[in-house]
Amino acid sequence: MKRVGVVALNTFREAVRDRVLYNLLFFALVMMAASIIAGQISIGIEQTVIATLGLSAISLLGLLIAIFIGVGLVSKEMDKRTLYALLAKPVRRWEFLLGKFGGLILTLAVNTAAMGVGLFLALVYVKPTLERGDATVFVAVYFIWLKLALVVALALLFSCFTTPLLAILFTAGIYIVGLYAQELRNMPMQVMSPGMTALTKWLSYLLPNFENFNIMALAAHSRPVPGAFILQNTLYAAVYCTIVLTGAVLVFSRRNLK
Amino acid sequence: MGAAAIETENLTKLYPHGFLNLKKRISLEGLNMQVETGEIFGFIGPNGAGKSTTIKLLMRLIFPTAGSARILGKPISDIEMHRDVGYLPEQPYFYDYLTATELLDYFARIHDMTAAGRKERVQQMLKKVGLETAGKIQLRKYSKGMLQRVGMAQAILHDPQLVILDEPMSGLDPVGRREVRDMILDLKREGKTVMFSTHILSDAEMLCDRVGVIVGGKLRGVGAPAQLVDMKAQGMEILFELTGQSTVPLLAKATRTGDRYRLQVPEPDLYGAIEQLRAAGATILSVSQVRATLEEFFMDLVEADRAQAAAVEVSGK
Repeated sequence: MKRVGVVALNTFREAVRDRVLYNLLFFALVMMAASIIAGQISIGIEQTVIATLGLSAISLLGLLIAIFIGVGLVSKEMDKRTLYALLAKPVRRWEFLLGKFGGLILTLAVNTAAMGVGLFLALVYVKPTLERGDATVFVAVYFIWLKLALVVALALLFSCFTTPLLAILFTAGIYIVGLYAQELRNMPMQVMSPGMTALTKWLSYLLPNFENFNIMALAAHSRPVPGAFILQNTLYAAVYCTIVLTGAVLVFSRRNLK
Repeated sequence: MGAAAIETENLTKLYPHGFLNLKKRISLEGLNMQVETGEIFGFIGPNGAGKSTTIKLLMRLIFPTAGSARILGKPISDIEMHRDVGYLPEQPYFYDYLTATELLDYFARIHDMTAAGRKERVQQMLKKVGLETAGKIQLRKYSKGMLQRVGMAQAILHDPQLVILDEPMSGLDPVGRREVRDMILDLKREGKTVMFSTHILSDAEMLCDRVGVIVGGKLRGVGAPAQLVDMKAQGMEILFELTGQSTVPLLAKATRTGDRYRLQVPEPDLYGAIEQLRAAGATILSVSQVRATLEEFFMDLVEADRAQAAAVEVSGK
C-alpha cells in the first residue's frame, strides 16, 4: 500500500506542475464577478444566485478535470511509455492504478476544497450574518467531490480497454445518463413491453445515480442536510468506486503494453 | 558460472491481427534460452526480430501466449523478482515534469529505500552517469543522450543482481556509447549479470561473454561470439606482391591495392594456389586464416530467414 501512496503523490505533483490548479483563478474571477453582479441585480436572493452559480462552476470545472485527466491517467503513461520503467520495479499493476486514482482524487479534493472556501467567502460577502444552515454549502462541495471520484473511477476503467477519445465519450455518456437514473427508475412502466421494463429497471440500478449528489437547492436556501444522507452518499460512492476500480484492475492486469 | 540468471522455456508470443483478430502474427516462437549468472549476454538481431518482445515478456509488460520464464530462480509472475532486476527500456522516456533527482528519488521510494539512503544513492547514481550538475533540471529539457543516462541510473539505482538493457547504445554518439560500454563492464566487475539487446554487432562482439542471435522470432544460435563465427566455413587469405603483367587465372579473383594483392581461397586449395602464384613470379608476403565476423554470421542468418519467408510466400500463392 505504501507504493500506492508514492504513485498518488507523484500524480498529484504532475497535476500541480501541469498547472491543473490554475482553474482556481478562473473560479475566483467567476465568484468575484457573481458577488458584485448579484448584489446589484437580485434583491433578497443574492445567496441563492451565488450558491447556485458557485456550486455549478465547482461541479463543471471538476468534471472537466475528472474526465479529461482521468482518461489520461493510464493512457498517457502507455502512449509515452513512462509506465515501462515503473512496472519493471516491484509495483503491482493494481498498486499503480490505485495510486493514479488516489492522486487525481487528491488533486480534486484540493481543488474543490479551495473553491468551496472561495464560494463561502463570496456568500459571507453578500450575507454578513451567517446562520448554521450556511454550512450546507460545504456538504454540497463534499458531495461534488464524491461524484467526481466516481467519474474518475469510470474514466480510469474505460481508458484501460479503449482509446482515450472513446473513453471520454463513454465517461461523459454515463455521467449524463446517470443524472437521469432516478427518472429512469420512476418511468411509467405500463407504456413499455415487459422486456423493456425489466431492462430499464436493471439499468436504473446499475448506472451511478449522480443526481443523489446534487443538493444545490438545499445549499442555496441554507437548509441542513441529515447526517444519515451524508453517510449514505459516502458509502454509495465508496462501494461504487470499489466495484468500478476492481473492474479496471481486472482489465489492466491482463493488458499487454505496446 | 553458477545457476542461470534467466531461463526461458518455450516462451512464445503471438499477436492477433486482421479481421476480428483471427490471424496470428508470430513475434517470438518457442524461445529456450539461459543467461548464466555473472555473464554479459548480448541479444542480437535485426529490427523486429523479437528482442524487445523477449525483454518485455521477462519484465511482464506483455504476457506470453505460451511458455514460461524464471529470473534469478523465481517465476516472472513473482513481483519480488523485480527487487533484484534493473531494466532500461528502449528509447526511454520518463515523467518530463520531474528533475532527474526527483525521478530517481521517486523510483527509490518505490524500492522502499530509506530517506537517508535515497538521498545518498541518488547523488551517487547521478555522478556515475555524469549528470551531477544536471540533477535539478526538468527532464523535458534533456537531450536523448541525457535521458539514456537517466535510464541507466534508474536501472542500477537499487543495486540489482541482474540488469536488462534494451538497446542501451541506440541513438548515442560515440562518446555516449563508450560510456555505456564502460558501465556494462563495471557491472560485470561488480559481479552483476547483464543482458542487453542490440543490433550493433561490434558492441556485442566487444562486450559479451555469450550472444544469442534471434531472427524472425526464433533463436538461431547461442554461444561465445568467437564460437559462433567458427561455425562458419573458414578460408585462407594470401597476401602477395606481383609486378608486371601475368596471365595467372587466380589473379581475377584477387583484390588489388597497388602492386599488392589479396586472395581468399578455401583451405584445401591453399598450397596449389601458392605454387601457381610463385610460378607466375609473385612474392608471397603472408598467409593468414580468414575469421568470419559476427556480422557475416548474422547476415547469413538474416538472409536465410528472408529466403525462407519468400519461399513460404511463393508456395502459399
